[in-house]
Amino acid sequence: MSSTAGHALALRGLTRRYGSFVAVRDVSLNVESGEFVTLLGPSGSGKTTMLMMVAGFTEPSEGTILLDGRDITALPPERRDFGMVFQGYALFPHMTVAENVAFPLRVRGLGRAAREEKVRAALDLVQLDRFADRKPAQLSGGQQQRVALARALVFDPALLLLDEPLSALDKKLRGELQEELKALHRRVGRTFINVTHDQEEALRLSDRVAILDHGRLVQQGSPLELYERPATRFVADFLGRSNFLAGVVREVRPGAMALVAGGTRLVQAVAYGAPKLALGTPGLLALRPEKISLLAEGEAADTEVAGEIAAWSYHGTGFALSVQTVDLGLLQVALPAWRAPIAPAEGMAVRLGWPADASVPVAEDSHAA
Amino acid sequence: MRRDLGWWALLLPAFLLMTVLYVAPILQVLAISVTEPTLGAQNYNRLLTNAGVQRVVWTTLRIGLLTTALALLLGYALAYVIALARPAAQRWWLLGVLLPLWISVLVRAFAWVTLLRRQGLLNQGLQATGLIDAPLPLVWNEFGVVVGMVHYMVPYAVLPMLASMREIDPRLLAAARGLGASRGTVFGRVFLPLSLPGVVAAAVLVFIFSLGFYITPAILGGGKTLMAAEWIKLQILDLVRWGMGAMLATVLVAAILATLAVFSRVVDLRRLFGARA
Ligand SMILES: Nc1ncnc2c1ncn2[C@@H]1O[C@H](COP(=O)(O)OP(=O)(O)OP(=O)(O)O)[C@@H](O)[C@H]1O
Ligand SMILES: [Mg+2]
Repeated sequence: MSSTAGHALALRGLTRRYGSFVAVRDVSLNVESGEFVTLLGPSGSGKTTMLMMVAGFTEPSEGTILLDGRDITALPPERRDFGMVFQGYALFPHMTVAENVAFPLRVRGLGRAAREEKVRAALDLVQLDRFADRKPAQLSGGQQQRVALARALVFDPALLLLDEPLSALDKKLRGELQEELKALHRRVGRTFINVTHDQEEALRLSDRVAILDHGRLVQQGSPLELYERPATRFVADFLGRSNFLAGVVREVRPGAMALVAGGTRLVQAVAYGAPKLALGTPGLLALRPEKISLLAEGEAADTEVAGEIAAWSYHGTGFALSVQTVDLGLLQVALPAWRAPIAPAEGMAVRLGWPADASVPVAEDSHAA
Repeated sequence: MRRDLGWWALLLPAFLLMTVLYVAPILQVLAISVTEPTLGAQNYNRLLTNAGVQRVVWTTLRIGLLTTALALLLGYALAYVIALARPAAQRWWLLGVLLPLWISVLVRAFAWVTLLRRQGLLNQGLQATGLIDAPLPLVWNEFGVVVGMVHYMVPYAVLPMLASMREIDPRLLAAARGLGASRGTVFGRVFLPLSLPGVVAAAVLVFIFSLGFYITPAILGGGKTLMAAEWIKLQILDLVRWGMGAMLATVLVAAILATLAVFSRVVDLRRLFGARA
């Protein structure tokens, strides 16, 4: 299994129960060869449970796991040949950095010379060649993390599994290591499956993100797709921030529809082939704060609403406004600070507007679990 | 400086008590060993010349080492099972291990006698099943002494090893398996090395205890297997050879201190005696 290409993983109807509690519910997911996939979800959503099932430490209650089409559901972890970076790294404290990295080679019975060469190459890869003789306790958090990466990659694993690999690091180091991880993925060309609850990390690193909520896979797609076209209220809220606009469908035309909320008409573009809402039914739209503009005198937009600034704050790059409206409640608006059309003040009357393709229809969440 | 002095003054009563009740008697024993019956090292010379003394020292060492080895082996297996058990089960296991500690050593020694003697439960059981024709000599010999001592020492072996095992991060074991190690390799390359400090601590504790055993060998040895403590009692109370008794007592103390000195380089002794490092 030590070809240079990555391997493809397929999860089919994976379920894990603890007593009557369902930690992971009927998840199906394809991970293509060489892809960087992130499992993203809030605490307790079942991410670790998923990863542990893939790694072989937790047995699925139902479902199968396929590696390159071969069923590996019953294979014990040591026979799966997956590299794994644990939360907290799990480096062996009684071994030096080099011995840690050599461990997977040693248990595979590799000869001394081959072992040393591979260890050196792996430590080079993560720029730790100078630290080979140190013990893990003598390394910084970021260095330990890289040892864990080197150890997980040194035996050319079929798959690299990462459980919150960066969560123990401070924000700045986390940013640096995100870049390194991404570069590493490009260099080694293997299949990576990463787990995180940090949405920013998921967006920055992944080719594809799978979002979990209460053990369900609620949506998967590229970071751009997920951010621009969230399918449910949960996804829109968890990835970035969103305003939610509730209304009743009053008009359905090809390519667009209109919802009415009180006296406000919400014009919504509908992508070709997207399911249409029926006339007279309630609908929910998600709208990103940065897609709302402040309308000048006489300026028009597909949807327009008047309101009053209830609160505002300044963030260097922009202003965050909370605008109270009659029909849509409180709307969050992100306004670029550079050449902002107004100097915000509490109580100031403003007119907001956005184009028909700024918002997206989303489904209400269904956790009647 | 003056404030420091004040703190030290608070320690003074305890220090005096220790000196009077503990250090002084030991020094007195040391003094007796070089003055009785006459001034000089003649008692210590016996250590080199007298076969009787040598046999006692050898028996004590042999039984001590054997007890240590067996208690460690049994204790390690027990500690391993306890460390890997579920929390609820752990509590019952621990209770089972600690229970014997609350039973008098005398009671336990006699219990072993009734189990192991010629007409005892074990011999009768074995004879009834036809496995043996004549009763086995299980007690009033070295075998009986070792059984009794191992039984006494196992809890002391379990506790430091269990403490050491509990400090091992379970994720390390999972990580090792995930990296391709079989269960056996995980044990040999990760679990065992990481639990070694506890093993060394347990070894020191059990060995030192074993050197000074008195009641268990006295009862289960039946007077034939003489260990140091019983021999000292014999010299002083029965033969009134104070010098010889004091000599071996001093040697015993020296041996214990030497063991501690050697192993203090390997393990943290504060941990051995219960203080958290
Ligand atoms: N061994 C177990 N027994 C019972 N319940 C469990 C067990 N392991 C996990 N769970 C439950 O399954 C759910 C999912 O847990 P999991 O560890 O997968 O969450 P997670 O998404 O990794 O969360 P976090 O971000 O906090 O690590 C949680 O509600 C948890 O309590
Ligand atoms: Mg987790």
